[in-house]
Amino acid sequence: MASVTHDVVHEGVAEKARVAQPYMNPYLAGIGLGLVLLAAFVLVGRGLGASGAFNSAIAWLVSLVAPGYARSNEFLSAYIEEGTHPLKAWLVFEIAGAFVGALLSGLLAGRVAVAVEKGPRVSVGTRLALAFVGGGLMALGAALARGCTSGQALTGGSLLNLGSWAFMTCVFGGAYAVAFFVRRQWR
Amino acid sequence: MSAPFYKLGAFGDEASLIVAFLIGIGFGFFLERAGFGSARKLVSQFYLNDLAVFKVMFTAIVTAMLGVTYLSWAGFLDLSLVYLVPTYWVAQVVGGLLLGVGFVVGGYCPGTSVAATATGKIDGLVFVLGFAAGTLGFALAFPLVKGLYTAGDIGTKTLPQVLGIPYGIIVFAVVLMAVGGFMGATWVEKKMAGRAVPAKATE
Repeated sequence: MASVTHDVVHEGVAEKARVAQPYMNPYLAGIGLGLVLLAAFVLVGRGLGASGAFNSAIAWLVSLVAPGYARSNEFLSAYIEEGTHPLKAWLVFEIAGAFVGALLSGLLAGRVAVAVEKGPRVSVGTRLALAFVGGGLMALGAALARGCTSGQALTGGSLLNLGSWAFMTCVFGGAYAVAFFVRRQWR
Repeated sequence: MSAPFYKLGAFGDEASLIVAFLIGIGFGFFLERAGFGSARKLVSQFYLNDLAVFKVMFTAIVTAMLGVTYLSWAGFLDLSLVYLVPTYWVAQVVGGLLLGVGFVVGGYCPGTSVAATATGKIDGLVFVLGFAAGTLGFALAFPLVKGLYTAGDIGTKTLPQVLGIPYGIIVFAVVLMAVGGFMGATWVEKKMAGRAVPAKATE
């Protein structure tokens, strides 16, 4: 009995320690992110990215199942090089680092917890279905645009790239245009 | 000119992958710090009650832009060696619209979904799977979508080139626009704060 009480108290303490810290000031976080991006420009001569890592991963998976098809597919073959593993790509390593960096930040702030993010008026099933559909739509958009919010908006934006600014304007436009129709998911 | 170091041969391919991993750590760290591992925080941008997405993104753009500009003017960074995605304006306009729709429907973008997955969000992981499925679908359908993918090809173009305005003036204009945007964003947030009662963040 005594040990049970002890456990409960112990859990209570752990619960308190796990209370998440507030997020960083957006301008400070933005300066941090900007300096990371600048470091990428100076060190390597390219910016940040995310969707490209997915392209490499899919090219690798397809090449496992159907190597001939993967090499003949015009989109995938750009991510396959003879004699090199498709996952030995810059963006794959960068995204692996991003996973570690986010985990590190989350652990330091007490923000790592298994959860489903959604508004109070929508079921977990609906939310997960919409997350999958949204991810799929975004993949089509990122593939067409040759980059996503990182590779196009952030990287190309800071280099004053014409296509990136057109892209970025349309991302905000597209999101604001449909926000009303999916508001029940979030609010 | 001494930078970009990799392109000028200061280190090789293998070392560049280590650099990629380290830069990625910084990338993921600041995404999570900003709160971008949370779908509700991200989509608040589109309901106007929290404009952190705009503030973080434009602060980062301005920081990197000013850094690149000064390092290039100082003769340290050869900007012509920094990779620019070529402009296919039709593909990028359509892609941007689709990506925006995917953002508010799915709650994340590719980079932030990785940060969400790393911090335990199941919806972040499902988004990653949806993104992978969409990428596979695009690849399989590539012969059908190639026309759109290559539409609006005008090569590598920057705003100063297209507008015929000197680089420094555009940089200054972007800084002014960002500062004005930040002030406007804070004003909108204050306006909205009076209206909405924030609901529970997770369940």
